[in-house]
Amino acid sequence: MIHAMLHPLEALGLQAAGPMEQFQILPIIPLTLGDIDISFTNSALWMTIGVAAIIVFFAMATGRRALIPGRLQSMAEILHEFVANLVRDTIGHDGKKFFPYVFTLFIYIFVANYFGLIPSIPGSAHELHTFTTTSHIIVTFSLAMVTITIVLVYGFAKNGLKFLKLFAPAGLPFVLYFLIVPIEIISFLSRPISLGVRLFANMLAGHIILKLFAGFVISLLGAGGFAMILSIAPFLGSVAIFLLEFLVAGLQAYVFAILTCIYLSDAAHAAEH
Amino acid sequence: MDVEAAKLIGAGIAAIPLAGAGVGLGLIFGNFLAGAFRNPSAAAANQQTMLLAFALTEFTGLLGFVIAMIILYAF
Repeated sequence: MIHAMLHPLEALGLQAAGPMEQFQILPIIPLTLGDIDISFTNSALWMTIGVAAIIVFFAMATGRRALIPGRLQSMAEILHEFVANLVRDTIGHDGKKFFPYVFTLFIYIFVANYFGLIPSIPGSAHELHTFTTTSHIIVTFSLAMVTITIVLVYGFAKNGLKFLKLFAPAGLPFVLYFLIVPIEIISFLSRPISLGVRLFANMLAGHIILKLFAGFVISLLGAGGFAMILSIAPFLGSVAIFLLEFLVAGLQAYVFAILTCIYLSDAAHAAEH
Repeated sequence: MDVEAAKLIGAGIAAIPLAGAGVGLGLIFGNFLAGAFRNPSAAAANQQTMLLAFALTEFTGLLGFVIAMIILYAF
């Protein structure tokens, strides 16, 4: 019975894979530069696919700029307006020059999160499975460090040493500064960590739970008999988790963008505190 | 105690932050709804803030998950 059930599933390439296997980075085109491994991996492939999709979408959407926008152009305009409002509301008048950065960041994370949710083709090689680039901390932490570097460079360039006022808000009783300044410094230092880990942990946790539920379905189907009927429960569970992940994927891109805006706003207005 | 057993217990304990995240999320959505029912015209303007608060609160629960993963796989 068990063998009779497992066989058609395995013929389709459906195996109960472990929840962590989806995060393996596998080389597609092995390359080395001296001792350094610079292979073109599945992570690089999905970043390339994401960026290519963004470029193709915006090239098509802005190719024929009509006064009355068509469907594609409307989508691009909605995205543009959405991020432009975000930047205008949080940073204010100085925000315009940061719009290209925030927009790039938002669209990249948005597309990376959603492409990670596309199911893999059953039976395809492990290297070609769908891969969520934002589920790796090196990717999200690099993005967070770029943001913090811009905050530091712009903050000191615009305000000079008055940027340090960020750590000592004006108008407090003198004694409180001994407490507030260390807290503000620690909170500033934890920003890149929390920014990077938030996106990474959300993507990692969501995808592990999705794969766990999918694994339950396959194991219950393989067990045969009454257990096969029970497999509908984890299946519905995985549908529910997928809907939640669909929300989280967009929300995390939005949160990353809005926190970037808040930090940039701190840098722009540090001297006014 | 066996190291493997201690790891598993530690990973289980690291799931406790979920309780705090649950309370926090309940407070956020509950208070938002309470405010939205009192003044429905102001609800739409505050939806973005609520979503931001949702993501920030959810993160504390996820940190517990990250610690569990570190205990299980990194040591």
